[in-house]
Amino acid sequence: MTGFDALIVGGGVMGATTALRLAQGGMRVAVIEKRALGTGASGVNAGTLSLQIKRAALVPYAIKGIERWRSTHERLGIDVHYRRTGGLTLAFTAAEAEVLTARMTERKAAGVPLEFVTTARAREIEPGLSANPVLASFCAEDGYASSTLTGRAYREALLKAGVAIHEGAPVTAIERGGGFRVVTPRGTFVGRRLVLAGGAWLAALGRMIGVEFPISVRVNTVSVTTRMPMAIHRIVGHAFGLLTLKQSDNGTMLIGGGWQGRGDPERGAVEVIPDNVIGNLRLALHAVPALASARVVRTWLGLEANVPDAMPLVGPVPGVDDAFVIGCVRGGYTIGPFMGELLADTVLGREPEMPIFDPARFNSLQPQKLSA
Amino acid sequence: MKPGVAVIGGGPAGIGAALSAARAGLAVTLFDEQPGAGGQVYRPLPAPFAADSGPDAEVGRRLRAELAASSVDARFARKVWFVGPAADGYEVRAVGPEGAETLTAPRLIAATGTTERIVPFPGWTTPGVMGLAATTIMLKAQHLLPGANVVVAGVGPLLAAVAVGILKQGGRVAAVVDLAGVGEWAAAMPAMAARGDLLARGIGWVAQIKRAGVPMLARHAVVAVDGGDRVTAVHVAPVDASGRPSGPSRTIAADSLAIGHGLIPATEIPRILGAAVEYDAARGGWITRADAYGATTVPGLYVAGDGAGIAGAAAALEGGRLAGLAAARDAGVLPADRFAAESAPLLAASRRAARFGGAMARMMAIRPGLVAAIAHDTVVCRCEDVTRGEIDEAIGAGARDVNQLKSWTRCGMGPCQARICGDVVGELIAPAVGGRLAAGISTARPPLRPLPYHALAGTFAYDELNLPAPAPS
Ligand SMILES: Cc1cc2nc3c(=O)[nH]c(=O)nc-3n(C[C@H](O)[C@H](O)[C@H](O)COP(=O)(O)OP(=O)(O)OC[C@H]3O[C@@H](n4cnc5c(N)ncnc54)[C@H](O)[C@@H]3O)c2cc1C
Repeated sequence: MTGFDALIVGGGVMGATTALRLAQGGMRVAVIEKRALGTGASGVNAGTLSLQIKRAALVPYAIKGIERWRSTHERLGIDVHYRRTGGLTLAFTAAEAEVLTARMTERKAAGVPLEFVTTARAREIEPGLSANPVLASFCAEDGYASSTLTGRAYREALLKAGVAIHEGAPVTAIERGGGFRVVTPRGTFVGRRLVLAGGAWLAALGRMIGVEFPISVRVNTVSVTTRMPMAIHRIVGHAFGLLTLKQSDNGTMLIGGGWQGRGDPERGAVEVIPDNVIGNLRLALHAVPALASARVVRTWLGLEANVPDAMPLVGPVPGVDDAFVIGCVRGGYTIGPFMGELLADTVLGREPEMPIFDPARFNSLQPQKLSA
Repeated sequence: MKPGVAVIGGGPAGIGAALSAARAGLAVTLFDEQPGAGGQVYRPLPAPFAADSGPDAEVGRRLRAELAASSVDARFARKVWFVGPAADGYEVRAVGPEGAETLTAPRLIAATGTTERIVPFPGWTTPGVMGLAATTIMLKAQHLLPGANVVVAGVGPLLAAVAVGILKQGGRVAAVVDLAGVGEWAAAMPAMAARGDLLARGIGWVAQIKRAGVPMLARHAVVAVDGGDRVTAVHVAPVDASGRPSGPSRTIAADSLAIGHGLIPATEIPRILGAAVEYDAARGGWITRADAYGATTVPGLYVAGDGAGIAGAAAALEGGRLAGLAAARDAGVLPADRFAAESAPLLAASRRAARFGGAMARMMAIRPGLVAAIAHDTVVCRCEDVTRGEIDEAIGAGARDVNQLKSWTRCGMGPCQARICGDVVGELIAPAVGGRLAAGISTARPPLRPLPYHALAGTFAYDELNLPAPAPS
């Protein structure tokens, strides 16, 4: 069978960065995307690039991920408005301070360059903070990017690298036999290797090659305000990970933190839960009082996939030769560009710089063994 | 009493719906952001065909009186910011004078009217330039003139209504500049004759304008406005039927410009609730798919009035009444035979009114040549300051629909959330992607109006926030 060396299904940050690395490695690559590049989670997320809010086991990966975002402009000639602002994570009660202390101690040990700071010091670092925190942690490496620019940026980079881009092409079936035939309404694409990078839609893609990814989907909420006078210059978070707050250069405030809405991969992320929006806004206001004078213009939702151990799903698909999967990365926007490299190196037959997250750890993904 | 239907929008469609549903025996709650109960009814009406006096004022008075005497729980000065499905129907959240309000109702009628379209031209954001609908409000509600010497421009029946309104209050109209040609008006006459009363009124307006010696320029468009802090001159040029300038421009001295290029149906609520929409330029653009009674593709959700496709105030009132009856029928309080008997005359009247309104809507349809002529440096999205050039650049770089264009350029991300620019942006991208359907419509999300942060957050005690448990570490 002739065709591409690798077909990437899904044009989010995972698919795009995998495709780029494969192309740089000499492969002929196509990205096949249902809608348009960067219109899934990678284009609607809060854009927080924070080491502090990463699970300890993922910290080394997140450090590399942020390095990639930082150098995106020089390496790829594309711009996603990366900003290194430094970030504060706040605890408002004694109980939260305990959680903050435990988590940040663990993450510091894992390599996050953070320090614990008093309320007074936190307010020196960020004068826009309220007096409400009882304890904070600060990491100078934290920052953000504008996720809305992801699609545009990677489109440019992929085209430059010679990757074929097929947008508006939902994959409806995948046929096997000496490679893969990927069927879409825009035509059938043929390739020797297959990379599934379908984000929240991974389960459906898995079924097309006969595997059941153990995925659940979360529906995250983000809100944005009108432009307001600059009130904060750092990104601000919460001990429980329930707040991400930043003020863009244009003065708008972006408020996230993983509060849930309703939706699913079939219907999309469709229903805002008003009480959750209100909870999210209250938490943000408790941290930054200047928000009171803002106006809220939009609340939106995005879909994110998770597996039961909340660790990434990055590696070969068990039982299906030459098929790979990449997804389910908590804080995946931050880590994505590095994960893409790791998976691409695996596909290229190179030793990845850090261990990948082998999907074979899930029993449900071992059909051969079960039937043997 | 548990409400049977929530009506959003207190224009003729919303009031018609509320009254007929209430009369049929449903408990009705009506929300509108305008302040005075019924006071706005036939006042501004982004509804096009209303006038300031005569028959409309009479209809307005009658509706207000009926509403006051009815069982409808009419809640004005409420900004509805959220609608969503609830276990037993729909949840509506509003912010009003007394703070936050939540209501659930088994059925919902969206009668949210329109936004005025303005196709940008150099100088369109200069102080002294305002919409025809906004000018109508100013004239009727505040009895204020937009300026001492006003150019009235654009398309549709509001042109003559606004010009006459200015003259009546002793103002000066420098010119009436109409995108439509004399032939277009002639072609619309038979349909307009379906409402002889409205046609006669329109003819009367034109006569008044002529008597006042105001120049009326048919098939002309405003191509630029001069002035920094205030309009000083308006440049107009002849155009072809598509609105594309086709000859040299001339200058009219003026200190203000009232302009509108048609009306865009407000479809945010049905779209948030997942109702199917379709594109029909002759009815205003993107409209909610609905049957003759306003029932959408989502059970329990109805649309009425211009938001369901531009058809005018008269048709809106009948359409609203029909939607109210349909809601009552579906709720089981109005038997089929009574529904049939009561809806038949309304249906006939609404069809007559819609013939008139439809002719006006076709005339007010977006004119592609006018959009194509927007200059490179002209700002298209005024909230975020995005120019035609930046939009073209993004299209060239591969943006495929309005939502992507928004991500890439910020166009439509500001306080208006594309309500003003979205239609023009769709028209700009359409040729590159194969039409308006492919260009899509900007995803609707709450809040339905920009809301003060404190109105949403309210007052709270931190320890009562009920934070969800932290994710695994
Ligand atoms: C609202 C929200 C806020 C977030 N905030 C942050 C944050 O602040 N910081 C952070 O680090 N992380 C954040 N995340 C997580 C992060 O966004 C994701 O982990 C990351 O973007 C996932 O990238 P992806 O490429 O796997 O998925 P996606 O970006 O969703 O890409 C998957 C792509 O696959 C396509 N696709 C799916 N099925 C098919 C098919 N059958 N055929 C063709 N194409 C298909 C989709 O259209 C989509 O474009 C957030 C997530 C959400 C949802």
